Amino acid sequence: MPSQRDDAAAQGPKIKIRARDVNVFYGEKQALFDVSLDVPERSVTALIGPSGCGKSTFLRCINRMNDTIPGAVVKGRIEIDGEDVNDKALDPVVLRARVGMVFQKPNPFPKTIFENVAYGPRIHGIASSKKDLAEIVERSLKRAGLWAEVADRLHQPGTGLSGGQQQRLVIARAIAVSPEVILMDEPCSALDPIATARIEELIDELRHQYSIVIVTHSMAQAARVSQKTAFFHMGKLVEAGATDEIFTNPKDSRTQDYITGRFG
Amino acid sequence: MFTWVALAALILFSGLSYFAGRRRAAGLQGAPVSLHSLPGYHGAYVALWAGVPAALLVLLSAGFGGPLGEVLVRAAPPAAISSMDAFQSDVFFDDALAMSRGQQASETVYEGPQKAALDAAITKSRLISDLITYGTLAAAVVLALSGAVLAYPRLARDFRARNRVEGWIYAVFLACSVTAVLTTVGIVASLVWESLRFFHAVPIQSFLLGTEWDPQIAMRTDQYASAGAFGAVPLFAGTFLIMLIAMAVAAPIGLFSAIYLSEYASALSRSIIKPLLEILAGVPTVVYGFFAALTVGPLFRAGFNALGAQLVGGEFDALGQYLMQVQNQMALVAGAVMGIMLIPFVSSLSDDIINAVPQSLRDGSLAMGATRSETVKKVVLPAALPGIMAAMLLAVSRAVGETMIVTMAAGLQAKTTFNPLDTVTTVTVQIVTLLTGDQEFDSPKTLSAFGLGLTLFVVTLGLNIIALRIVQKYREQYD
Repeated sequence: MPSQRDDAAAQGPKIKIRARDVNVFYGEKQALFDVSLDVPERSVTALIGPSGCGKSTFLRCINRMNDTIPGAVVKGRIEIDGEDVNDKALDPVVLRARVGMVFQKPNPFPKTIFENVAYGPRIHGIASSKKDLAEIVERSLKRAGLWAEVADRLHQPGTGLSGGQQQRLVIARAIAVSPEVILMDEPCSALDPIATARIEELIDELRHQYSIVIVTHSMAQAARVSQKTAFFHMGKLVEAGATDEIFTNPKDSRTQDYITGRFG
Repeated sequence: MFTWVALAALILFSGLSYFAGRRRAAGLQGAPVSLHSLPGYHGAYVALWAGVPAALLVLLSAGFGGPLGEVLVRAAPPAAISSMDAFQSDVFFDDALAMSRGQQASETVYEGPQKAALDAAITKSRLISDLITYGTLAAAVVLALSGAVLAYPRLARDFRARNRVEGWIYAVFLACSVTAVLTTVGIVASLVWESLRFFHAVPIQSFLLGTEWDPQIAMRTDQYASAGAFGAVPLFAGTFLIMLIAMAVAAPIGLFSAIYLSEYASALSRSIIKPLLEILAGVPTVVYGFFAALTVGPLFRAGFNALGAQLVGGEFDALGQYLMQVQNQMALVAGAVMGIMLIPFVSSLSDDIINAVPQSLRDGSLAMGATRSETVKKVVLPAALPGIMAAMLLAVSRAVGETMIVTMAAGLQAKTTFNPLDTVTTVTVQIVTLLTGDQEFDSPKTLSAFGLGLTLFVVTLGLNIIALRIVQKYREQYD
């Protein structure tokens, strides 16, 4: 099936995540069919497709969040830097420290802003001292572009921030443990256009340091922020390639129909 | 009997009015202007006016007609009995009322003018009773007919029957909630009233601060008995001790089983364990009581006695001697069994609260690379803490109010002690022992039960208010 094979040679940079023949079942129902996809390092890969097409399912395979869903079975091989994430010897807890995730709805913990960002470093024992921890928190908040807005109220609850600020807070929380990959599951779908623009800007900055995979419903967003785009349909990867290629010259008629708004 | 027939007739009439109203409304239906309300609402509007006021009157008469008649009969005592003392005249009227209803009268023999007065009183009583019965009947018929007759002509194409019926439904809901509130107010009022009488006899400070509880007092002057002491401190100390033991059992086990159920259990084990816990909640407390008294008590006693036998003669001789004498009844047994009783209560409340913590928070924590127990400890429990606190306070107020287990397993001696191996008694147990059996209700002994009840009520009310406030605050966080 050439259309489902990702043309890795077309991508210049090193491959960070390599997925091969991934099948996912939720009980009886199969959600993903033989998905093979390469995610290049230090760039943004967008997963697009209509609702229920399996793009979020694929995203959750990468950090094994599907483990937390009863009845979910993942088959196939997903490698990060050549290491199989489904390897029995690999601790999903360690994996998830390397692969951060940002969810659709901002989900700050009911703690202070500081404690939200310090959460990961604390549980993984990353900070060597209180001063070190404070530095990590400050650095992460700065990198998430939130520092200027919250520097004077670090010890107020994170739930008191606006939706866009909350989403940047959870991005800061994710990068506080210095992950290599950040997965984003429709990070802007609960935000207004201004907050969305702010997050998109942030994603564009973050790609210089992290490999980012973003699921989005907005074709415009995929075109704006990503370098590579993969189009999913009915649990299958239809087409993947350089973003400008996909949006200007799609090979598959279904991709063509979707990006021109004929369905989805 | 009369009431039931009258109510049945009213329901029938009301039903007929419904169909009449609906038919008329259906007849009004037509283009170009359609009915404001569906024909059913028009029918219901007429039916409610035809049925409800009359039914209320019949019910009022059934409830208060009898007592009203009695008051009227007693209101004017005839000259022949004005010479009697209060007790005799009471008996006289009781007899007159009983005979007018064809019931058994007392064996008092009335003669001469008294006999005539009795007969007159009987006749008067029958007359009043008939008046009330037929008066009610007539008034109900008038109310039902006029309700129907006045409501029926109002039906028109633009008549807002739907909104009117809404008003009636609103009134029904309001009446039900007012009933519940009024009942509570009545209970509290009677508690306060009787407690005031008690605090008349025993000063409130010696009740709340006194350390001796011995409510046996002489009922007659020639009787030998102690003067009576009404210091409630030992009772509250006992209640507090047993509550502490119960919560020491119920809080960790209940909370941890709730965490297991909501965070760890598979759907299968949850579907087995949850119903089993609910069965535990359905066991009557008296069953827990004899489980405590007949199984747990002797078991604990045997255990402590054996432990004591080991210690006697050794370094802890005194402790050994004491343990050898431990009895079946002790605070520890009652508290432990009460704790078991509270486990399903705590766990099902906590389970609901933990489940209310959004899944997105768990996902967020797991995606950060936290383990499940880290997620529970650092994210789920802190988020659920206010709710869990409230659940614990509700459990405390249940522990404080629990009676049966303590009656059977903790003994009856009022002692101010914090030794869990000693016998203690609680507020509720004392209320039971004070009020069971034949008692006269004006001695400080029985009245003290109301004093205890009021104090207990204030304490549990306080706990519940605090718990509810915490729950409210918690809810605001996630909505």
